[in-house]
Amino acid sequence: MSEWWTYRPADLLMFSPETYYRLFELYNADVWPAQIIGLGAGFTIFVLMFRGPRWRGHAIAALLAAAWLVVAWAYFLERYTSINLAAPYFAWGFFAQAVLTAVSGVLMGRLAFNDPRSLTAKAGVALFLLALLLQPLIGPLVGRAWFSVELFGLAPDPTVLATLGVLVASDRVRWELLVIPVLWCAITGATLWTMGSPEALLMPSAGLSTLILAAYRSLSGFAAA
Amino acid sequence: MPLTRRELIQSIAVTGAAMVVPGLGLAQARPLTKPIPSSGEALPLVGLGSWITFNVGNDPVARDSCAQVMGAFFNAGGRMIDSSPMYGSAQDVIGYGLKKTGNSNVFAIDKVWIADGDDGPEQIAESRAKWGIKRFDLLQVHNLLAWEAHLDTLYAMKDAGAIRYVGITTSHGRRHKDLEMIMRKHTLDFVQLTYNVADREVEDRLLPLAQERGIAVIANRPFRQKALIRRFAGKKLPLWADEIEAKSWAQFLLKFIISHPAITCTIPATTRVDHVRENLGAAREPLPDAKMRRHMVAHVHEV
Repeated sequence: MSEWWTYRPADLLMFSPETYYRLFELYNADVWPAQIIGLGAGFTIFVLMFRGPRWRGHAIAALLAAAWLVVAWAYFLERYTSINLAAPYFAWGFFAQAVLTAVSGVLMGRLAFNDPRSLTAKAGVALFLLALLLQPLIGPLVGRAWFSVELFGLAPDPTVLATLGVLVASDRVRWELLVIPVLWCAITGATLWTMGSPEALLMPSAGLSTLILAAYRSLSGFAAA
Repeated sequence: MPLTRRELIQSIAVTGAAMVVPGLGLAQARPLTKPIPSSGEALPLVGLGSWITFNVGNDPVARDSCAQVMGAFFNAGGRMIDSSPMYGSAQDVIGYGLKKTGNSNVFAIDKVWIADGDDGPEQIAESRAKWGIKRFDLLQVHNLLAWEAHLDTLYAMKDAGAIRYVGITTSHGRRHKDLEMIMRKHTLDFVQLTYNVADREVEDRLLPLAQERGIAVIANRPFRQKALIRRFAGKKLPLWADEIEAKSWAQFLLKFIISHPAITCTIPATTRVDHVRENLGAAREPLPDAKMRRHMVAHVHEV
């Protein structure tokens, strides 16, 4: 696109807010009762962050990778692509994150949760619960249809926010798993802001906070070493 | 261009109905037209855009709603519908609406928008299949993207009778110098550009050039994507708007655009049946003269 720098987000938004949220309504109706499986996976991750076998880090990573895969396929490629020409690119990003999570967390075992009482672990769990339980309520609370709720494992925003929670709660910062979620926070923030959605700042705030925390932890680690 | 048999029958039907149903005459009167300079074919001054409004994906309820808007548009005498491969599912939705309304009198406008000129014909074929029509009336190079290669394709299609008119578009006031150069060097039937009461840069060079070169002009973004409507929301129309029979801010804004001598038509988009009727209602006499147009600009700046 020539002179792309002269375009504002509003110039690039190619659908109305009604169409955007109606997509979630139709999506939820189509995939029911997959929502129960998604929430079940979310609660399993929540429990595993506190207790479980030694391989629980691998299990959490596997569940997260599956969630990213489902969102890439069922939401971006099968649905969002019908109203947004950029959706296939987002799908590739989510596929990539699924692969990265599988390689880093499942195969290499780089996600561990051995200190659930630490401040960062508590902050991560709080972020995770926000994604699992509170974020889906925002839509109905601001007057959108109940059936358009966005849920972990099906919709991108709660899946990304929950991932940030897991990464914050893990014992060590895993930068390779942070890049795509933080990028998505910026993209969805711009989209929601342009649509005038009241929760537009939630995801960018979460992404920025996670980045700052991760940088602090990394630098502290270097200092301690 | 003489009336087609279908238009004549529609016109007689409307006149007859207007005699029976009081008040229907005004609502159903045919919109004003202007000739396309290169052919003389008459085109209603108000068309229908599809950016955002018709990009509703596979939602069956929203698709039916769009088809109703198209039905109301045709019933009110509208003909020109504009779309692009850049508009997501809008082309599919227009195809759905055309099938549902059974209208064959549409003046179909689409665009070619792809970086590689060699891919233009395939994209055009896909667009035509989505509309479900035999041929486009007008095809335009969208936002000047790969314009040289695409213009060659469009000229060849016109020569072969696969399209009727060739055009090129820009929007948001971008690349006006390039557009001016193309308008001077190439034979175009149409240009599409942004023109409204708040975006009037094209009045200086491009609109006079279009008149000089005999190029029809389609004005896009007549409401700046609702921004102008929102700006005037809650504010009363000036009393003198009665002189041009503008009954709403939308009609006020549209009458300003279509009254420019160089403008052939404008293409407001909407999701509402009442709004599409209101928009076509702007294409009625009286239209503002030059003095009134200056008055309108001054008033908008004051507001």
